[in-house]
Amino acid sequence: MTDKALTIDGLETVYDALATAIDQAGQDKAQLFLVKLALLNANALADEHLFQQQITAALQDL
Amino acid sequence: MHTPTTEARPSIYYNYEVFKPWLASANPKQERKKVVVVGSGPAGMVTALELARHGVPSVVLSAELQFSQGSRAICFTRRSMEILQQVGVADRMTEGGLPWRFGNSFYRGQRVFRMEAPHDADDRFFPIINVQQQFMEEYLHDACKANPLIDFRWGNKVNAVVQKDGYAQLEVDTPEGPYTLESDWVVAADGGRSGIRSAMNLQMEGASYEGFFVIADIKIDLPLPTERLAFFDPEWNPGNTILMHREPNGIWRVDYQLPEGETPEEALRPESLKARIDAQLAMIGHAGLKWEMDWSSVYSARTLTLPDFVHGSVIFTGDAAHLLPIFGVRGANTAFQDAQSLGWHLALVVKGLAGQRLLANHSAERVGAAREIITEAGKSTRFMAPPSKGFRLLRDAVLSLSLTQDFVRPLYHWRTSRPHEYSHSMLNSMGDDNGLFKAGPAHGAPPQNVCLGANDFLLDHLGGGFDLLYFTDASAVPEALQQVIQTARAKGMPLNVIAVGAAQAVTGADQTLPDADGHLRQRYGVPANGGAYLLRPDQHICARWLTLDATRLQAALTTALPQ
Repeated sequence: MTDKALTIDGLETVYDALATAIDQAGQDKAQLFLVKLALLNANALADEHLFQQQITAALQDL
Repeated sequence: MHTPTTEARPSIYYNYEVFKPWLASANPKQERKKVVVVGSGPAGMVTALELARHGVPSVVLSAELQFSQGSRAICFTRRSMEILQQVGVADRMTEGGLPWRFGNSFYRGQRVFRMEAPHDADDRFFPIINVQQQFMEEYLHDACKANPLIDFRWGNKVNAVVQKDGYAQLEVDTPEGPYTLESDWVVAADGGRSGIRSAMNLQMEGASYEGFFVIADIKIDLPLPTERLAFFDPEWNPGNTILMHREPNGIWRVDYQLPEGETPEEALRPESLKARIDAQLAMIGHAGLKWEMDWSSVYSARTLTLPDFVHGSVIFTGDAAHLLPIFGVRGANTAFQDAQSLGWHLALVVKGLAGQRLLANHSAERVGAAREIITEAGKSTRFMAPPSKGFRLLRDAVLSLSLTQDFVRPLYHWRTSRPHEYSHSMLNSMGDDNGLFKAGPAHGAPPQNVCLGANDFLLDHLGGGFDLLYFTDASAVPEALQQVIQTARAKGMPLNVIAVGAAQAVTGADQTLPDADGHLRQRYGVPANGGAYLLRPDQHICARWLTLDATRLQAALTTALPQ
């Protein structure tokens, strides 16, 4: 993982923005929206190994 | 009794000739054959033609009395054309074919990806040429017929193959009943539903995908260029994919994926075909244009291969050896490479110039190729016809993103069939200078064609045996090299020497290519006189030297023909 992390303020902003966007996408399209977002994030991350670590982390405790 | 139909198959654009069956009663008693090729598709006929080039006779058995039904394989790659050139049918393919190099993918009415296949000025052939399979089979059959070493037998169906000690016994059924044929080798080129493979109970490895595609050929006058068209998730067929290709003779291929749960029988009902083709034509802005159905079939994607192509006296090749998805045009194009490889490997074993290790090498190389293709084709297939909810979700996310985001667009690339590089082949020379070259085809790679002049290319001069390209402007190949070459030839090794770079004929070379502008040297990364390449009979590189000497040439020739 990188040393960079969100500030608490930043995390709260992401939290609200993501929740609002999921609602905006609607029930039918929420999944599609999230996958698009994940791909955009992965591209910005430019690190397939780090992305794999995030997949592993997100798969925990579902 | 085997009674293939004597009625010519229907076709709008192709006149099927019904050939006479070969009957045992009209021929002398059959002695044991060197090679029997079961199947007369692209793999079978190219194998027979390559064997004949090396002086090995074969019998080709076709269960039918005519060429195959429908256009089937329509896109042939540059490497396929280079192989077909070697067996003498490339000119006829070029004459009737439609060459192309662009592919387009559409989503929501927008072109989201355009593939431009490179076309090097040094290439004789286009990246792809479209020709219907019946024509290709006709050209190959004419070449077989003209060859006295090929005994082509229509209406001969193999019922059983029994492995004996060092040979196989075939029961061949004909319109007058069965006869027995013995052969040292049997090439099973009997297609994707290989009866020989089933009877031998051989298991293939890999995956089968669930989605079905309809393949339909229609006669229609569409004002569109010869380019590949792919449409994703259109309104008339939500979630599914449609492909279109122009064929010669006013025919278009339309492939479309079936909605989940629909059976092939339902999909091939005329009213179903009509409604869907009409919908597709309407979507591309040609609603109501008159069209006529020529042929239709149903296809499902599979990525399967036998883990070994050689089983006793039986060698599998083409679709009989592996099943590959149509995305990326891999069926016939892979079969040509299999057959070209098998032809020379088997010929040199039959002639006693190499041991059976050479056949093991053929199998290892072509199984490796099949596995590489399966990996690549699997990616294309998972994008074209997603096999699970997760893959569908990712595909749909990419479609949606591709309208605005460049970075996902390369995922539309369908990875066209390309020749496998035998980088780790046991035939590659260990002590050569492969790693020291800065350019040119490396160990195991197919050759780079080079334009030598008007309508004159390097590959026109190669083939039929091993080729030694020796780069020199001197008047003779050095005596020590000539001695190694003479010794190899005396043992029967087919070896041609082509001198490159001299204005006059070079003593000790079979041909001299002047290469006055040094372009061939440059493409092959040869910096000075005395450099050389050794090409196998399939033109793949097995050794290259910055400075060739007799000891290392001898070593490479020994490695290339294992005993």
